[in-house]
Amino acid sequence: MPDINELYQQTIIEHHKKPRNFGKLEHYTHHAEGYNPLCGDHLHVYLRVGADQIIQDVSFEGDGCAISRSSASLMTESLKGKPLNTAKELFNEFHDMLLKKLDPAKDPHHLGKLSIFAGIWQYPSRVKCASLSWHTMTGALEQKESVSTE
Amino acid sequence: MNTFDPKSIRSDFPVLSRRVNGRPLVYLDNAATTLKPQTVISAEMDYYQNFTSNIHRGVHTLSEEATDRYEAVREKARAFLNAHRSEQVIFTKGATEAINLVASAYGEAFLKAGDEIIISEMEHHSNIVPWQLLCERKGCVLKVAPMNDRGEIIFSEFQKLLNEKTRFVSLVYISNSLGTINPVKKLIKEAHKYEVPVLLDAAQAVNHFAVDVHDLNCDFLVFSGHKLFGPTGVGVLYGKKELLEAMPPYQGGGDMIASVTFKKTTFNTLPYKFEAGTPHIAGVIGLGAALDYVKEIGFEAISKYEQDLLEYGTEKLLTIDGLSLIGTASQKAAILSFTLPGIHPHDIGTIVNKEGIAIRTGHHCTQPVMAHFQIPATSRASLAFYNTYDEIDQLVSALKTVKTIFA
Ligand SMILES: Cc1ncc(COP(=O)(O)O)c(C=O)c1O
Repeated sequence: MPDINELYQQTIIEHHKKPRNFGKLEHYTHHAEGYNPLCGDHLHVYLRVGADQIIQDVSFEGDGCAISRSSASLMTESLKGKPLNTAKELFNEFHDMLLKKLDPAKDPHHLGKLSIFAGIWQYPSRVKCASLSWHTMTGALEQKESVSTE
Repeated sequence: MNTFDPKSIRSDFPVLSRRVNGRPLVYLDNAATTLKPQTVISAEMDYYQNFTSNIHRGVHTLSEEATDRYEAVREKARAFLNAHRSEQVIFTKGATEAINLVASAYGEAFLKAGDEIIISEMEHHSNIVPWQLLCERKGCVLKVAPMNDRGEIIFSEFQKLLNEKTRFVSLVYISNSLGTINPVKKLIKEAHKYEVPVLLDAAQAVNHFAVDVHDLNCDFLVFSGHKLFGPTGVGVLYGKKELLEAMPPYQGGGDMIASVTFKKTTFNTLPYKFEAGTPHIAGVIGLGAALDYVKEIGFEAISKYEQDLLEYGTEKLLTIDGLSLIGTASQKAAILSFTLPGIHPHDIGTIVNKEGIAIRTGHHCTQPVMAHFQIPATSRASLAFYNTYDEIDQLVSALKTVKTIFA
């Protein structure tokens, strides 16, 4: 087992305490609610997508553990200003990394800061915490009202 | 047993010699399930190795042995609960199934639209949902007795809910998420003034102290074997004889019949009427070994030691800056639910697990309790007689590490 500090890195703790893009977005075009029934984590993701298919703004709000909040916060940072296609690609890469199918140390990727979640596959019960905001974001883009991890 | 020695007791539980993440296991999740002593494991294995066979069906030696051993456990469970007769003990898959059995069979026969059922705010989901399902089927009304902020049922509010329309009361004996020991004898007495039967969910009680159905005068009582140092997949329903006899069967199948023709089936007598199909024979035999085990240690010693541990744990946890205990009833079992400000229980659970400490984090299948305290979840350390003062110190030290990481 790795050192616990590898999971709870400073960046994660910092984003947990001061989440970026936190709160409801004004004039959003897409929204979904995400829920993890196992731990009660609950969040909303809001997006404003332009006619040019670019994510002009994105935010989240809700309660959760450090992993789910920091993951949501980092997600909003990495999606802002990106075309929808890029968002989908990032989701796929992030998802593969959580399942250990993509190793950011070896495989090509565009994850940037998101790669701090690379070790999470070693904590199977926490994978869903990291993926909740991403599933919720995808659900919002697919016009789903709510998303559950179960 | 006069001198209670957790050290020697710990050697009865093989899993306690395990290491987790390089550390000796500190198992503080006893409210989820308790560990199993070697005698329970051996008893279950004995059945599979030496007398595997079906029960109540054979004239051959193995079947007779298995039937005897199975039925002997019914008698042990009767004595354990101080019930009058062994046929008042029905083996189920667990507490959940036992509650569902009563909600279905009793509910089907005796409840009708407009009848009221009372539960409390601190019920486990397994003592909420079966009643909600019944209410949906029958048009009954579910009433919830509220609790105060210490996690105690407010007696005067409970009294107010009782009336001529009340037809059933179902209450948790000890709350799994708060540790509250409810004054069930007094609550039962009150319900009986309206001739309302009371079911006690004793899932968290039977491992902490002696439970006496005769003294409590409850009408039904349920528990699970796995929370009493026994196997998973087996539990007990106790019921008053006249009620059980008046109830229709819960499930149909083999063993629960007297005779079957396509025109008409007549049902077997108690307890077999409620034990359709081949039961968890190995599990029941394992449960018998668990009942023997706790009897040998004795509840007097268990209760006293656990109360000392609880007092020590409460005191130690409260030395942690900012920690709040959730559940501070005046009568409590050795269950410590808590929160740390700004730190989610799942992060706490993951971090202490790195030090080999197993606690439960989440809503503990009591979402209404979480709603009462306006929290999403708690961390919970639930103790058993094999836990030690040193393990509590280890938990406290691990919680300090959690605080450092989140500082
Ligand atoms: C108070 C209480 N009631 C009922 C149950 C359900 O027990 P089981 O899941 O063994 O059926 C539990 C288990 O967590 C419990 O704590």
